[in-house]
Amino acid sequence: MAEPILVVDRLEKRFGGNRAVDGATFSVARGSITGLIGPNGAGKTTCFNCIAGALRPDGGRVTFEGQDITGLPPHRVFERGVVRTFQIPQELGGMTVLENVMLVARDHPGEHFLEVCLRPWRARAREEAVRVQALEILRQVALDHLALQPARNLSGGQRKLLELARALMGEPKLLLLDEPSAGVNPTLAQRLVDDIRAIQRERDVTILVIGHDMDVVARLCDTLVVMTSGRVLVEGPPDEVLNNTEVQEAYLGSQYR
Amino acid sequence: MPDLLAPLDTLYLVTLAGMTNWSVGFVTTIAIFGIVVLAMNVQWGYTGILNFGVVAFFMVGAYTSALLTLPPATGFSDYILGLELPILVGWAGGAVAGGVLALLVGLPTLRLRLDFLAIATIGVAAILRTVASSADNLVNRGRGMNGLPRLFNDLVDGSDYKWVLMGTTLITLALVYLLVRAVTASPWGRVLRAIRDNEATAQAAGKPTVRYRMQAFVLGGAIMGLAGAVYAHRVGSISPEAFSDLFGTFLPWTMLIVGGAGNNRGAVLGALVVGFFWFGTPLIQEDLPGSLGNQVFVWRQFAIGLLVVVFILWLPKGLLAEEPRVSRFLPRTVAGPPLLQRLRDRFRGRPAEDRSGT
Ligand SMILES: Nc1ncnc2c1ncn2[C@@H]1O[C@H](COP(=O)(O)OP(=O)(O)OP(=O)(O)O)[C@@H](O)[C@H]1O
Ligand SMILES: [Mg+2]
Repeated sequence: MAEPILVVDRLEKRFGGNRAVDGATFSVARGSITGLIGPNGAGKTTCFNCIAGALRPDGGRVTFEGQDITGLPPHRVFERGVVRTFQIPQELGGMTVLENVMLVARDHPGEHFLEVCLRPWRARAREEAVRVQALEILRQVALDHLALQPARNLSGGQRKLLELARALMGEPKLLLLDEPSAGVNPTLAQRLVDDIRAIQRERDVTILVIGHDMDVVARLCDTLVVMTSGRVLVEGPPDEVLNNTEVQEAYLGSQYR
Repeated sequence: MPDLLAPLDTLYLVTLAGMTNWSVGFVTTIAIFGIVVLAMNVQWGYTGILNFGVVAFFMVGAYTSALLTLPPATGFSDYILGLELPILVGWAGGAVAGGVLALLVGLPTLRLRLDFLAIATIGVAAILRTVASSADNLVNRGRGMNGLPRLFNDLVDGSDYKWVLMGTTLITLALVYLLVRAVTASPWGRVLRAIRDNEATAQAAGKPTVRYRMQAFVLGGAIMGLAGAVYAHRVGSISPEAFSDLFGTFLPWTMLIVGGAGNNRGAVLGALVVGFFWFGTPLIQEDLPGSLGNQVFVWRQFAIGLLVVVFILWLPKGLLAEEPRVSRFLPRTVAGPPLLQRLRDRFRGRPAEDRSGT
């Protein structure tokens, strides 16, 4: 198998005495859709935060495309091509849906103070290109009709879609999706799964997706990584993983907690 | 207690000439405040940076311009420099000084939480006032800097000079407004607003948020420094106690809150409305019954405090709310409702906007 695009090696993150991530090790194959699953509080989101630079890990190593990115600040991780979404959508409520997406554009000269002062025409030209691109992405997630609404007018499910649209605007090589379908109604969730598949195919991105809903995850992913209590329990193809008795126990255990 | 920006004399008001004098002075004062409030809008309105030491930047700009434009100190005064440079160079120097001060204050504090910077700026204002009034051979201590040259002084006769003063100050305000608008209603401003509303989102969108905050803080500081320089040459002499927190920080904050943080027109409107209230109250002093007339200066402080509370609780967006659209390069497709409708909406008590961004 080719070199994995992402390697997480013995990652650790503590919150006080709570070992949220406790030596998690797994890798993500290039071009795959990999699912990261596990019961509530298993440390999945904390893993994402450590990979994306929102949290500094207490130990371990994160390697992206063969390079050590452990502890880099979020914008540096973004620069390399790793783009994440949030489990709880973090849109900018007072801004239009369109500009929420445009914000994520890469290398925008209009975001440089001196360029705006001295060469506004360059900023304007790029802004137009970014606008077209953002509208195209919004169309893809069926939010284009809301492009000029303030984002606070969106419903919960639409916020999830906006979260996805914003991540796509970042032109990711590796897309980290944190429960994209949680709290979304089943019809929309089904559409999201289709969307994510289409995105993966069209854009040639690798996707690491945290999922709660077993059905969704099993249908979507090529590989599953199961976490409990900050550690990786098993890693493998969905049918194998879901038939694993340890995994079933971990899930049943969490269900009756 | 001297009014920082109000050399307004109520005695003249009975005459037409007096009224004109007052109005011209008032407009000049408001223009200077307008520049300060625009600078605060960059820092707080767009970026969410809490600067409670606005007067420090203003003061540094005023003193820098004084030191650059005055002749060297004689036996009776002790201050450094005294380079006799042209006034516009003094203004530029004031802006640079304000920006450098922002850089120095921002470097250790801007990566910390919001409130650290707020506390630091309060301290800086107090320290600078103390240094200015007590340090030997620096800025003439409590005696202040006197006899500052005036812009285009030999252009017109003495009594007409006020028009020149008003004109140049208004032009400066207009240029600052255009600059601030050009840079904030842009993708750059969009990043600032994202940082203000949700720093995690801005970071996940690949923005180096500390660097952006620093840029906004320095730009604001430079504009405050420029305003201080304009003020210094307007009044002709400056001294440490004139730069009080009440006039240099609290009053501009009131203006921004009333006008509407995040809206550049709102910033100028706030300066006008609050300024009219503040500097206008002395005008009616004589018409008020006995004791009230004497206490008018106390009451206006009370009233303005109340005004701030009312706006924060019931009109948190101010008179002119910010637009959903940030970048001026985009078509203005979502026009806000007309002002009256917006005011009515606001009075119906829409929930306060969550600015904490947590
Ligand atoms: N910022 C934080 N401060 C303190 N504790 C935290 C923080 N973030 C997460 N935790 C704790 O770390 C553990 C792992 O949380 P995490 O959010 O990573 O779990 P998760 O697997 O994403 O769960 P869920 O499925 O509920 O989203 C939990 O016990 C949680 O309470
Ligand atoms: Mg989670």
